[in-house]
Amino acid sequence: MRFHDIGARARLGDEGEPGFEIFVGGGVGRTPMVGHCIKPFLPRAELLNYFEAILRVYNRYGRRDNKYKARIKILVKDLSVEGFAREVDAEWRHTQGAGSLIPESTFETMEAFFAPPAYGGARATDLAFVAPRAENRPFARWVERNVAPHRHPGHGIVTLSLKKTGVPPGDATADQMDLVAELAERFSGGEIRVSHEQNLILPSVALRDLYALWERARRNGLATPNIGLLTDVVCCPGGDFCALANAKSLPVAAAIQARFDDLDYLFDLGPLELNISGCVNACGHHHIGHIGILGVDKNSEEWYQVTLGGSEGERTRLGRVIGPSFAASDIPEVIERILQAYVRERLAEECFIDTLERIGLEPFKLTVYGERHEAAH
Amino acid sequence: MRPLIKDGRIVADEWDLLSHEALDDIDLTPAGPRQIVPLAQYGTHAEVLRTQGQRIAILLGPDDEPDAAAPYLADIGLVAIHFPSFTDGRGYSTARLLRARFKFAGELRAVGDILRDQLYFLHRCGFDAFSLRADQDLSAALNAFGDYAWAPLAGMVPNEGRGRIGQSSL
Repeated sequence: MRFHDIGARARLGDEGEPGFEIFVGGGVGRTPMVGHCIKPFLPRAELLNYFEAILRVYNRYGRRDNKYKARIKILVKDLSVEGFAREVDAEWRHTQGAGSLIPESTFETMEAFFAPPAYGGARATDLAFVAPRAENRPFARWVERNVAPHRHPGHGIVTLSLKKTGVPPGDATADQMDLVAELAERFSGGEIRVSHEQNLILPSVALRDLYALWERARRNGLATPNIGLLTDVVCCPGGDFCALANAKSLPVAAAIQARFDDLDYLFDLGPLELNISGCVNACGHHHIGHIGILGVDKNSEEWYQVTLGGSEGERTRLGRVIGPSFAASDIPEVIERILQAYVRERLAEECFIDTLERIGLEPFKLTVYGERHEAAH
Repeated sequence: MRPLIKDGRIVADEWDLLSHEALDDIDLTPAGPRQIVPLAQYGTHAEVLRTQGQRIAILLGPDDEPDAAAPYLADIGLVAIHFPSFTDGRGYSTARLLRARFKFAGELRAVGDILRDQLYFLHRCGFDAFSLRADQDLSAALNAFGDYAWAPLAGMVPNEGRGRIGQSSL
C-alpha cells in the first residue's frame, strides 16, 4: 500500500461510514520510497474524483524529461508532501460532490460481485478435521503454516504453496493449474486469489474438507508447509529469463531453499520474508524483504547485495544494505550467518524482524563480515 | 489519407493535420478546406483561414494547458490531442478537463501513438475519435470499446451521455 504510486487503505470514518486513507509517492525500483498519507479519510464515493485529481496534478507538474523521474514519487518529493496534497485538494474541489462521484447503487452492484459463498454448517470441531490434525504431523504442520483463520466459523483460508524447493518460486505447471481450478470449484466457492508473495489462495474452505484438499495438493507439489517462512522466497525471473536483469535470481533462491530444507529449523526460525531481485527494477521487491537480495553487475560479473530490515504492512520500511556484495556461491552461507545472529540474539518468541529492529544492523554485520567489517571502519 | 475511428465506426478523415514539428516553417496557403493547427498557431492564423472559407480545429500537445484553448472552444467543432508516446498519459487529463470543466461538446480526437488497448480508456475520458498508429488494425480495434462488460460509472462519463459507443451500437 505504501510502496505504490497511489495507495488506498480501506477504513471506517468517525460515523462508521466506509472510506479510504490515501497514500501517494511510494515505489520500489531504483528510487525506493515509502508513500505518505495525504488524506487520512476519504469517503468512498469520492474515490475516483480524488484519484483523478492526483493524476491531473501529476500530469500537469510531473517530469517527462527522464523516464526514471517520471513518477508520482519524484513529484511528491519535489513539491513536498504538504505541497502535493494542497494541489490535489485544489483540483479535487472542482469535482467534489459531482464529477465521477460513485453513487451508492454502484457500490451495491459491486458488492453483489463479492457475495459470500454458501457456508453451510461446517464447524471447527468436525471430526474430519480434528482427527487427522491430531494424528498426522505433516498435515498438522501444513494447517499451522498454510491455513489462516477465516472470519466465518468452521472455515479457513488456504494458501497453496508455489515454493517447493527446486521449482522456480511462483511457477506452476498446466496440470497443477488444472488441479487448482478443480480444488477451487470443489472446496472454495470457485474462487482463487493470486498473492503478491507468488502463491495461490483458496479464500474460503470448510475445515472438514482440509484433509482431502491437502492430500491432493500434496501429491501434486502444492502443499509445502512453508508459507511465511524462509523458503517462501519471493523472486523475480532474473537473468535466466529477463532481458533487463543484471544477475540470475532463480539459482540463488534454489540454493537457499536447498540449504535450509530442515522443516524443524524453518519452523523454529518462524516468520521471515526473503525477497530476491535480479536487478534494480526490484520486481522481487527486495527492499521490503526482512532479508533482501539484489543482483548487481560489477565488471560483467554477477554479484549480490544484501539488505536487512525491510518490511511491508503495518511497519513499512525499506531495508538497509549491510555491506559489500557477495558472489552467488557465498549467499547461502551469508544467510546462515544472519540466521545464527538472530538465533543467538533473539528473546523468547521474538520474530526475526523484531530482533533486528531491537538490536540494529551491527550484530548482523559483525557476524556476516567478521574482522573484514571491523577493518573497514 | 488514413481513415479513423469515430463514434464507433471507421470513417474517412476529412481534416488535414499540421503537426507541432511543422511549426517553424508554416505555410497555410495550400491548406485543405478543413485544417487542424497547433494551438500556438491558432490565434495567428484563425481569422485569415476563416476568411478563406476554411474550417479550423485545434491541436493540443501534452504540454498545452487546456485553459489556454478555452477561449476558442465555442468557435471550433474539433480538438485533436496529441500523444507523442503511448506512455505519456497527459492527454487523458486534457480530455477530461475539456469535457467536464470546459464543457466542450465537439469532436475530441486522439492522435499520435494510439494503440488498440488504449481506446476503451480514451473513450471513457471523453474522446470520440481516434487516429490510430499506422500499424494498428482498425477493424480489430473496434472491439476495444466492448473490452469490459461492466464499468463502475457507466452512463455517467461525458461521452456516454453523448451517445454510447459500445458493442450494442456497432
